Amino acid sequence: MQKVNNKWLKLGIEVVVLAALFTLVQYLITAGLLKQYYQISLASMCINVTLAVSLSLINGFTGQLSLGHAGFMAVGAYIAAIMTNMLDLPFITGILAAMLGAGLAGFIIGVPTLRLKGDYLAIATLAFGEIIRVTLQNIGYVNGPAGIMGIPKFATWPWLFGGAIVTIVVIVNLINSSYGRAIISIREDETASELMGINTTKYKVLAFVVGAGFAGLAGALYAHYFYIIKPETFNFLKSFDILVMVVLGGLGSTTGAIIAAVFVTALTAALQSFPAIRMVLYALILIIVMIYRPQGLMGNKELSLRTFGRIWGGRH
Amino acid sequence: MDDINLMEISKLEKSFGGLNAVQDFNFHIAENELVGLIGPNGAGKTTVFNLITGVYKPDNGCIMFRDENLVGMAPHTICTKGIARTFQNIRLFNDLSVLDNVKIAAHKNVPYSLMGAVFRTPGYFRGESEIEAEALHYLEIFNLRNKKDELARNLPYGEQRRIEIVRALATRPLLLILDEPAAGMNPQETQALMELIRYIRKEFNLTILLIEHDMSLVMGVCERLYVLDYGQIIAEGTPAEIRADKRVIEAYLGEDVG
Ligand SMILES: Nc1ncnc2c1ncn2[C@@H]1O[C@H](COP(=O)(O)OP(=O)(O)OP(=O)(O)O)[C@@H](O)[C@H]1O
Ligand SMILES: [Mg+2]
Repeated sequence: MQKVNNKWLKLGIEVVVLAALFTLVQYLITAGLLKQYYQISLASMCINVTLAVSLSLINGFTGQLSLGHAGFMAVGAYIAAIMTNMLDLPFITGILAAMLGAGLAGFIIGVPTLRLKGDYLAIATLAFGEIIRVTLQNIGYVNGPAGIMGIPKFATWPWLFGGAIVTIVVIVNLINSSYGRAIISIREDETASELMGINTTKYKVLAFVVGAGFAGLAGALYAHYFYIIKPETFNFLKSFDILVMVVLGGLGSTTGAIIAAVFVTALTAALQSFPAIRMVLYALILIIVMIYRPQGLMGNKELSLRTFGRIWGGRH
Repeated sequence: MDDINLMEISKLEKSFGGLNAVQDFNFHIAENELVGLIGPNGAGKTTVFNLITGVYKPDNGCIMFRDENLVGMAPHTICTKGIARTFQNIRLFNDLSVLDNVKIAAHKNVPYSLMGAVFRTPGYFRGESEIEAEALHYLEIFNLRNKKDELARNLPYGEQRRIEIVRALATRPLLLILDEPAAGMNPQETQALMELIRYIRKEFNLTILLIEHDMSLVMGVCERLYVLDYGQIIAEGTPAEIRADKRVIEAYLGEDVG
């Protein structure tokens, strides 16, 4: 078997596959062939992929434990909804403001906590998620616990799919660069990284802010697809859901995070009427993964054409 | 000779709780010199390295490196000033390839911007191939090029030690400091390492400071030695002078002196 390492060929194949997937779904939706149930599942998949990939940058590649990803999603969702619903601004403005706002929130949390080594970020993000939720419940302008309703349903399939793709492309490009290597070296050995000339605080903050910004994007998409947001939607369980996807996929694998996000979303959709079973199954899967594959589905490997080549051709 | 000193340390002090790990440490190293720091276990040698590279903050004293005091600077800043090191207990980026380990050290001179990376500009591709070529060049010198795709953790001990030196070199330092580079190596490997240290000093115009327990290496390769005992310098001089020093023999060398 010929070795597939021509970067243009690889890129070409990826673009064709993604374009085909996009067009197929778009066609099915416009032709009315896709049931509501499947449409919602696909939308959730795109949003969850965005969330999982952005969290994997923080937890998987930088090695910093963040437990408040839903908090950044909430920031994005509310900012975007206020922009479009209350201020009548275009969707794209809402999205950009959501990303900036969530990124800024990440910066404010990240700078003081990421200067320190250890699990301060976990504690700070956990608190942040709760503070955001409680604060939103007490702001009259956004209707407190009832939340914002009747948000325009701007997040059509192209926005959802595009959002997920942009997130993946930006984060994968970041990871596969000198900046990405600097970020990964922090996970590997923070002291050695620092001594090799890498400003570890700066790069931890960078990764955290980028991750938070894309969680904001996911929030904006969520708000404009499900057209109703409540503070309770973005509670700790939501953060935990995203974390499960990242851990299941393998810390330090973008493809792993994507596959796990799709899988968990499908599972959740299939078990919609049995929430109790869902939680049990969830716990079971996690336990099984922790016992038999603690590095997650993909470990820190990426799924690529070469992986298939190896499986298929049986040689390296 | 003061004006050509690359680094000059005066009255350096560090204690951990009640333990004076380093006290009244005075030291200088000239450009292009190869100096050894020796002493028994627990003498404070590694602590000195940690103080120079900013891992620990000294309680007192001054570390002048090219007319700048390094005290209080962050380790990554000290590295960008031109000091790179290896570790007594190997600290490679274990789950990454050998090539990536070396490339990471080149990041401080990264030739393209973050936006260039995200948008995959021509500058990104050019920069990446520059980084790769340089990393491969260093690996070539150390005869490790054929190991470039292996995970660092999977290599034998001696090779891991050499990769640490390659990684330090890839930061393009002026001063290279090596903490027991020959630890765990067999005599042949040690011999080869000596040659290599001499070679890179010439090739890259380096100043080298090394800690070593292996006496044959220290005596063979160093031009000047400092002997540390209980955190204090007890002798300084050429290998021949050190070999003859009574206090050194008492404190450390014993019958080992060859
Ligand atoms: N972080 C620390 N906290 C407390 N004590 C420390 C610390 N680092 C070093 N020490 C102590 O300082 C003393 C000097 O240690 P150091 O590691 O510098 O010795 P060394 O000369 O490098 O010894 P070896 O030859 O065994 O490597 C030792 O007694 C050690 O226990
Ligand atoms: Mg030591």
